[in-house]
Amino acid sequence: MTLNMGPQHPSTHGVLRVVLELDGETVIRAKPIIGYLHTGMEKQAEYKTYTQSIPQTDRMDYLAPLSNNLALCLAAEKLLGIEAPARAQAIRVLLTELTRISSHCVWLGTHALDIGAMTVFFYCFREREKVLSIYDMVCGARMTASYFRVGGLASDIPEGLLDKCQKFVDEMPAHVDEYEALLSRNPIWLARTEGVAPLSTAAALALGATGPTLRGSGVNWDLRKAQPYCGYDGYDFQVPVEKGCDAYARYKVRVAEMRQSTRIADQAIRRVRELSPGDYRLRDFKYVLPPKEEVKTSMEALIHHFKIVAHGFFPPVGEAYAAIEAPKGELGFYFVSDGTPRPWRMKVRSPSFVNLQTLPTMIEGRLVADVITAIGSLDIVLGEIDR
Amino acid sequence: MAPTPEAVEQRLRERFPDVAFRRQEGAAVRDHTVYLPADRLVEVCTFLRDDPGLDFAMLTWVGGVDWLPREPRFDVVYHLLSLSKNLRFVLKVSVADENPRVPTVSGVWPTANWHERETFDFYGIRFTGHPDLTRILLPDDWEGWPLRKDSPLGYQEVAFTHNTPNRSVPAPDLERLAPKKVTYRAH
Amino acid sequence: MSDDKQDVNPFRVLPPAPATPTTRVSPPSGAALTPEDALREEVERGVLFTNVGGMVNWAVNQSRANAIWPLGFGLACCAIEMMAIVGPRFDISRFGAEVFRASPRQADLMIVAGRVSVKMAPVLRQLYDQMPDPKWVISMGACASCGGVFNNYAILQGVDKIVPVDVYVPGCPPRPEALIHGIMKLQEKILQSPVEIAGLTLHPKRRTRKKGTA
Repeated sequence: MTLNMGPQHPSTHGVLRVVLELDGETVIRAKPIIGYLHTGMEKQAEYKTYTQSIPQTDRMDYLAPLSNNLALCLAAEKLLGIEAPARAQAIRVLLTELTRISSHCVWLGTHALDIGAMTVFFYCFREREKVLSIYDMVCGARMTASYFRVGGLASDIPEGLLDKCQKFVDEMPAHVDEYEALLSRNPIWLARTEGVAPLSTAAALALGATGPTLRGSGVNWDLRKAQPYCGYDGYDFQVPVEKGCDAYARYKVRVAEMRQSTRIADQAIRRVRELSPGDYRLRDFKYVLPPKEEVKTSMEALIHHFKIVAHGFFPPVGEAYAAIEAPKGELGFYFVSDGTPRPWRMKVRSPSFVNLQTLPTMIEGRLVADVITAIGSLDIVLGEIDR
Repeated sequence: MAPTPEAVEQRLRERFPDVAFRRQEGAAVRDHTVYLPADRLVEVCTFLRDDPGLDFAMLTWVGGVDWLPREPRFDVVYHLLSLSKNLRFVLKVSVADENPRVPTVSGVWPTANWHERETFDFYGIRFTGHPDLTRILLPDDWEGWPLRKDSPLGYQEVAFTHNTPNRSVPAPDLERLAPKKVTYRAH
Repeated sequence: MSDDKQDVNPFRVLPPAPATPTTRVSPPSGAALTPEDALREEVERGVLFTNVGGMVNWAVNQSRANAIWPLGFGLACCAIEMMAIVGPRFDISRFGAEVFRASPRQADLMIVAGRVSVKMAPVLRQLYDQMPDPKWVISMGACASCGGVFNNYAILQGVDKIVPVDVYVPGCPPRPEALIHGIMKLQEKILQSPVEIAGLTLHPKRRTRKKGTA
């Protein structure tokens, strides 16, 4: 029997369509069909400057918007050959790790909700609200932040942000304990996720999986450690790796990542305090906007401001690819520049697009109820897949 | 001692002396990129994956670039990653405009399946030997290749009064539009 | 509490009965109140006047407005804010709408939360057609209302090109409070709408109120 798990489904985490061929309850073949959220972001980026493409990236992986912003900014900075100042990098790390916690909260809440544990959904969204109010404080928007810019940040962090972040970071480990107390040794959870949706190490590598999907299959690969960016080599944290290769292993990896992110955020807060007062944007006015106070007093700054706002900055002719360890996996941006302020090509290597390819391998030969668990454990975001 | 991208290129030239490799020049080409002809692609990729000194176990992504009006028009870009050697390498294949065809690497790295479908969807480049070359992101009956430079963006002009001729707008009813005290009457 | 304000019974529609019984038409010379008069006094104290149509309309519309069951139709980023209103902080349970139905056959309200791509448009129209009457559509966010940030080949410039929309909630994404405001506006709209039962169209009872209050 062919069953269509349509684009409108409560558990597909977006508009994903999976066509299942079933024999009773066993899945013989599964074919994911995507494209129901295709937004033409890559085409649209060719008509916008680099800075104008930053708000588009928020809408890609909408659970971790600042991660996407960071990836674009790093790719553009690599192309330009510049680097943000240390304080800006520390703030970027702080906010990106809080983003990771918030993204994993939504993942855990919705994954548990699909499997049937509704309480976890409410608990996780309660924590997420705290991160969103931090976003609100820093840039004005709850979700779609667009706070990072090429060369640093859009504006300096407000007073009181670091205290708010510190308070969140201090109480988060207790909340993660709460989630683990509800789920980790829960017999229903174990029955539904242990041994379910297996993905062997060889298959994970061959299919290009990255992020917790790969680390749940025993491969110790994290871009924050292997190819550090944004000063990550200066932070002390561990990368959780599990050998289980099943949904339970991926769950353990992500919950451990939440704890490690809290650790990194704590260190980042201290580093920002050490580096304050300092720059929040690079002082290279050929590519980066000068601070507004200088624009009002200095002639050169005014001219640079005008040129950057009116045309955009002119990058050199070339190309660059930069990848970060987003909550979902390796998120990379590839820019081809022809010297004009608008990129000739922007390609997004989105982790969920590649991770979703592992779905048929995970569920063929398994029961149909495990399809939901598998999709949940992959942590996919359709905005990123379809762009 | 981990190999560098230059060492990888050197190794490729030694192993395939008859293949015309060409390094992409440019100060701002930030990743080591090598062009090669399309017909030897699968051989080279298999070697890169299987050679224990290189071990490019993962294909990160495959994408296309449209260089209109350059000839050959398209570039297909392959980004490789070696986890054990912590190394990235970029291969590029140039494809001409009429009848663009490239052999598929989904036999070497199964992850290329969807990436190649996406490149086909956006540019119309056909990957010979691909198990299921159909549109992936756009509707199945879409005509055209949207990311080509000669395809339009599809921008729709938003209708305002200033750009819609012969449109009359009634004078605003200022009394009705004045802000009112809002009370919710749901009870 | 203070005696400058009279204790006004809000349900009194008729002018209040006079305090002394002598002004009433009653049997003279101190006879007791007849049962008819006692009944009349009771009736005048707490009666509302309406008509059957208005009453049925009120009842039906109240139940429709206070128990709207949305269809779980989150497409993109706005869906996450829609999930946030299900969460504990912006509780949509207060409005009776926490039951997000998976099937369109059981839903009243389709909150189009997110950008509608050209591939998704026929699916959306099919889901709308599958919903039984009465049904409403809230277009949540800028992308659903008018295409939003994305004006290109892939995104429908506004969901009102394919389904009739009742309430547009702007924002990118709209804050959960904004969506709740939109749902409350929809509730107001429902309370003003006519009800069709057994071939009759019943209109809401018009309330006479002072101008200036909404």
